[in-house]
Amino acid sequence: MKPEVMRDILIEEIYQRMKGNDKIFFLSADFGSPALDQLREDFPDRFINVGIAEQNLISVAAGLGLEGYTVFAYAIAPFLTMRSFEQIRISLALMAQTREVNVNLIGVGAGLSYDVTGPTHHCLEDIALMRLLPNVSVVSPSDASFMSDIATYAISNNKPCYIRLDGKALPRLYPPENQPLFNDGFSSLRRGKKICLVSTGYMTHVALQVADALSKEGCLVGLVDLFLLKDLNTSKLKSELSTYDILVSMEEGFIWRGGLDSLVASLTLSSKTPKPVYPLGFNDAYIFEVGDRKHLHEVAGLSVDRIIEQIKTLDGQ
Amino acid sequence: MQENKPEKISATDLKEKCRWIRSETLKIHKIAPGIRVASALSCVEILVALHYGNILQFNPEKPYDEERDRFIISKAHGSVSYYPILADLGYFPKDQLAKVGKSGSILGDIPDNSIPGYETINGSLGHGVGVACGLALALKAKGNNRSVYVLLGDGELNEGSVWEAIMFASHHKLDNLVLIIDNNKICMLDYCSKIINLEPIEDKFSCFGWEYFSVDGHDIEKLHAALAEASCLHAGKPKVVIANTIKGKGVPKLEGDSLCHIRALKPEEIDALTGENHP
Amino acid sequence: MAETSRINILANKSAELRLSVLEMVAAAKKGHIGGAYSCLDILVTLYYGGILRYDPADPFWPLRDRFILSKGHSGSALFAVLADLGFFDSSELARYCCNGSILGGHPDRKVPGIEADTGSLGHGLGIGAGMALAAKMDGADYRVFVLVGDGECNEGSVWEALVFAASHQLSNLTLIVDRNRQCVLDFTEDCAPLDPLGERLASFGWEVEEVDGHSFQELLTAFEPKPSSARPRAIVANTIKGKGVSFMEKVLKWHHSVPNAEELVIARAELAAKMPAQ
Repeated sequence: MKPEVMRDILIEEIYQRMKGNDKIFFLSADFGSPALDQLREDFPDRFINVGIAEQNLISVAAGLGLEGYTVFAYAIAPFLTMRSFEQIRISLALMAQTREVNVNLIGVGAGLSYDVTGPTHHCLEDIALMRLLPNVSVVSPSDASFMSDIATYAISNNKPCYIRLDGKALPRLYPPENQPLFNDGFSSLRRGKKICLVSTGYMTHVALQVADALSKEGCLVGLVDLFLLKDLNTSKLKSELSTYDILVSMEEGFIWRGGLDSLVASLTLSSKTPKPVYPLGFNDAYIFEVGDRKHLHEVAGLSVDRIIEQIKTLDGQ
Repeated sequence: MQENKPEKISATDLKEKCRWIRSETLKIHKIAPGIRVASALSCVEILVALHYGNILQFNPEKPYDEERDRFIISKAHGSVSYYPILADLGYFPKDQLAKVGKSGSILGDIPDNSIPGYETINGSLGHGVGVACGLALALKAKGNNRSVYVLLGDGELNEGSVWEAIMFASHHKLDNLVLIIDNNKICMLDYCSKIINLEPIEDKFSCFGWEYFSVDGHDIEKLHAALAEASCLHAGKPKVVIANTIKGKGVPKLEGDSLCHIRALKPEEIDALTGENHP
Repeated sequence: MAETSRINILANKSAELRLSVLEMVAAAKKGHIGGAYSCLDILVTLYYGGILRYDPADPFWPLRDRFILSKGHSGSALFAVLADLGFFDSSELARYCCNGSILGGHPDRKVPGIEADTGSLGHGLGIGAGMALAAKMDGADYRVFVLVGDGECNEGSVWEALVFAASHQLSNLTLIVDRNRQCVLDFTEDCAPLDPLGERLASFGWEVEEVDGHSFQELLTAFEPKPSSARPRAIVANTIKGKGVSFMEKVLKWHHSVPNAEELVIARAELAAKMPAQ
């Protein structure tokens, strides 16, 4: 199957639901997608381009949400989550504790999706920031097969949700007959012995290459793809992770700053048999290097080969 | 929905309400010294005109009644004077007023929307107008002809998010939106004009596509007339009532003091103003 | 130098740099060409019209005038200018957006001649206001110019900076609005309108002038220092997005489309026709 851009598939899913549900609004901060054109044309009253004004995007979405509408608010991920963080905190997270407000944020450009576009467009902080907020769920899918589940989840969940999407076209990891249970929040893509890779979003694609290359050399590592970063089935995940000795988190985010590594560490620390967590991600500095994603990963020591070396070292210990 | 609107009351009665609310606000200040009393005193007439002057439709029995007008107090820090009104209207028992700021009370120094009668949570400035735009848009989409009112501080206009919303509202022709600016001209540390000068506010709203009304915010009759006119006007434009007020109104020691925002009155000063004896 | 020949030089330079930008975007298969073309004549006037004070050999020369490209997505245009002036080697343009290049999709301060890391909209004017205030505090006579996109003016932060600059009488600060009337998805007046933009800026305490953003004469006059004023100056430059290539002009998709082989041939021919005869 050819690679797909997740936002196009998600917007198509939302578009289909808007046909049968006139209580759904779609707001954009002047950000598009080929799939958006049809939606705009067919629902001119329920699609609003608020202009280049992310703060107001969230506030208006909150107002519509308080009046019982389901709202999708769509923008480039770093601007959506970081420029309007306080609007999200106050008018969505805080508000959701006393009133129903079903506003779903779709941020496009997770991690280094906007590789060559530069550090203003890189998004390495959003997992930590969004999962910090009470009453907000966080979804971080690795491929387009989740989009129908996500649309259903967002609409029926009746509370704020942050959906972080990669900006690039990615191949599917899950065939239709082997679709994981969305509400579990994770899926075991590979089973191994000593080491388990835990990844999210784009990094699951890298992790899969790592796991398969290692398996050819006789080193079986596990791979867990985490796609719900909040409100997931933690007891099931703990039990899955408990069969390994070392956990390796893989994310396009800063290491030990509250992102995926912290999530995995807090899970294992609260289990009966805590395991060491080896974090893979970016060191505590922004990336000014110009280049495509592969190049930036190489510079940061996150190339498939470098990761394999590190895993082998861990395996030999 | 119950016929909750008070009978149309006279200007004298409205003035008496204002006097009573100022007195109650000062009493609250006595037990909760941390409240922003000066800011709460400048908007008393606005709150009274809206709630006792037949402007707002509301239902204390059902705070989120679909047929209510939506009222957002974006300058939440300066709205403790709303507590006595909410108690008086029956949103919660009056004895709560004696517990403001106490552990376990529903009423804090800065209100939030766990208090019956508060529509949204505010307290950080610059959020109310944008949310109100969403509410106003939703009411139009639902065919609900109620209106959305927002009470905003003038210093709050420094926040860029407010201007994003101001531009949004005029483009979307939200003529069911009424913004009321408590133009008391003083922020936390000084006169607004000395920090960030936004005057004249009227010109700005005019070229941003809004209808504006400028009025003495302590002249209850003129203020009521302006609010009533703004409420009735539906000409495809959002509306702003600029209520020129005095921060700390009613307390000579606070009026005109550029630092009155952070001033607290001594218990004996409060007693002298409310006519109560010092315990 | 006679005025007409000065303007001819600017026009020729502009034609030459449009071609450079086209080749950069075509080679990289990336870039926001529409907005680069709408602001190119403004950049040429600033850098080649004797307006900005700068030294390519010493990019952070303390007495330089500061220029902030707040609409960072038009970086390709500024890169072409800076390379041509010798801030860095012109050969770097061919590596625009390539692995290991100094030139990425948006400008940052590792590129000689760039004042601020832009790319997220709505930050440049506030930074420029801080620089202008610093100049006043230091008694320095440099000027600060900030170029914003018109769609960028939907960001509230721009209005925070506007009222700050007016309150602090930053007469050494000049804002230039590239008024090409388009954002990404729409024409500005159809989604988040700005008109009457000049009046709105004036109501925030700025001295405002509207000019044709492709007239070097009008731009030159507008950028001249006006020492008598105590107010910051805003120049609303009415421009055409995609200016210079007929099929790109005022067409929404050219915000960030990349020309295909056929389009490239047409664009090259149109731009070459405007170059001075060799």
